[in-house]
Amino acid sequence: MAPVKNLREAYGQALVSLGKQNRHVVALEADLGKSTRSILFQGEFPDRYFEMGIAEQNMASTAAGLALASKIPFMHSFAVFASGRAFDQLRNSVCIPGLSVRICGSSCGLSDFGDGKTHQALEDVAIMRVLPGMTILCPADAIEVSKMVPRLLDWKGPVYLRINRNDLPFVTPEGEPYHIGKIWKLRDGADAAVFANGVMVSKALEAAEALAKEGVSVRVLNVSTIKPLDVESVIAHAAGVRAIVVAEEASVIGGLGAAVVEALRGVRHAPVEFVGVRDSFGASAENYEILLRHYGLTADAVADAVKRLLQAT
Amino acid sequence: MGNHDTVKRLHLMAQQLRVDVVEMIGVGKAGHLGGSLSLAEIVATLYFHKMRFDPTGLTDPDRDRFLLSKGHAVLIQYAALIEHGVIPRAELKQVKTLAGLQGHPDMANTPGMEAVTGSLGQGLSIGVGMALALRLDGRSSRVYVIMGDGELSEGQLWEAAMAARRFGVDNLTAIVDRNRVQATGPTKEVFDIPDIERKWEAFGWRVLTVNGHDVAEVLTALDDAEHVKGQPSVIVADTVKGKGVSFAEHNAAFHNGMFTEDQYRQAMAELETRRAELARA
Repeated sequence: MAPVKNLREAYGQALVSLGKQNRHVVALEADLGKSTRSILFQGEFPDRYFEMGIAEQNMASTAAGLALASKIPFMHSFAVFASGRAFDQLRNSVCIPGLSVRICGSSCGLSDFGDGKTHQALEDVAIMRVLPGMTILCPADAIEVSKMVPRLLDWKGPVYLRINRNDLPFVTPEGEPYHIGKIWKLRDGADAAVFANGVMVSKALEAAEALAKEGVSVRVLNVSTIKPLDVESVIAHAAGVRAIVVAEEASVIGGLGAAVVEALRGVRHAPVEFVGVRDSFGASAENYEILLRHYGLTADAVADAVKRLLQAT
Repeated sequence: MGNHDTVKRLHLMAQQLRVDVVEMIGVGKAGHLGGSLSLAEIVATLYFHKMRFDPTGLTDPDRDRFLLSKGHAVLIQYAALIEHGVIPRAELKQVKTLAGLQGHPDMANTPGMEAVTGSLGQGLSIGVGMALALRLDGRSSRVYVIMGDGELSEGQLWEAAMAARRFGVDNLTAIVDRNRVQATGPTKEVFDIPDIERKWEAFGWRVLTVNGHDVAEVLTALDDAEHVKGQPSVIVADTVKGKGVSFAEHNAAFHNGMFTEDQYRQAMAELETRRAELARA
């Protein structure tokens, strides 16, 4: 029962529910609460909401201190600042002691389409992935957000959560229970496997639909947990197909594609292609779709990659 | 404040902590001597008098918290924990070994460590978070955060200073170990930060300045800080880097230095002589 299509709104609502469930849940914000929607939590629990000002580094280490004294802190900013500006604080204050700090990287990828290079996070997956013990989540729609957030109450260790800024189509099954770490097969197929997450899940499903009309059968996997990656499941889903495509709204260096290839090393597998941003910063654009098209993050790009690989084999 | 016996006991303990630190470094092993020795009286006063600290209750939620933001000086904290029996004395010889005590505060390896510090400038923020959590839970515990004067050039620390004032965390006492020497030389030459007291005042803190080697003064300041309401307090402690080992005093070479056999013997002899003087006083 996803009430909204917007992932940020779904996040804010889920955080409020969590706050009602457990009095130790606290939120920290760096002056973007109206955007990240942490402002909803502030409205319900003003005493457990800490507006830290535009100071992400202090926010990250303060979250560590709260976690060390029995709180479950959720810290918020745009993904680019939450991961990049506070990297050393996340590494040292949070990850070395393995603290259960939840880092909400809002407006991830290119989703803040208007603000351009400085505000778009394409490197965050790579730099968060290299931190030992960091869990990385990238939900595909608001349904998945509202199932994911409650799991963060008991999950041990730091979590980085990528939240898209925009409304996304519903693509994940509503009824099924959600587990961190699980890879979800959203569509079955025998010729190719597409591993995707975030906004690229709907693009991958669109591509699979188009390819079906051409007689190509594609399975689509939603890898909303980038780390820890279910290696066994990646290998199983990659088995038997003649093409593997990984699609993500992030740099192809060090992201989900890299993680999938790392998982497949040592086993015989079909050729792999990446659909992602190729070693580039973002840009401002009129709207989200124009920007996604500019960087080749489209259903067509996914379909082309599948066909290219199939023709080569 | 503090009666004569308490002050004397703490001075003797501080001297014992120095002996422990010198023993940890031993001969031919680099260690952060200078900034550890400058803290001996402050650490002894906190761990053996001021703090609510029970060596058998390290996870008691009502304990006071000790955070060494200048994590490289962890040798002096190890010494305090050894004297408390939290860390076995044998570990003294195993500092900075794979199986032994780590070079910076590490919660995974060492009992009694409250946070991971060492990347400078982060301890005060961690302290603010703890202070907020303790206040939310209605606990009367205090948080003590020790910083170096060289460390004050880290920007994050001033973000934390603003946050501490903004949230009025009066259960937080920060201490600046103003030993005036940083890794590559005197702070005045390397990266001069004038008017330290006025900076903290401008950031909304109550500021107390003490001689950091005078236990009575340190104690008075710690007591005074506890009574400040509605704002955080900082004690600027004037200290001597390498205090107690003549050739290491004010000497940047012993920020992270190494003893020769002769230097080690001389350091121990000087510390023992001073200890005997203190015992007679």
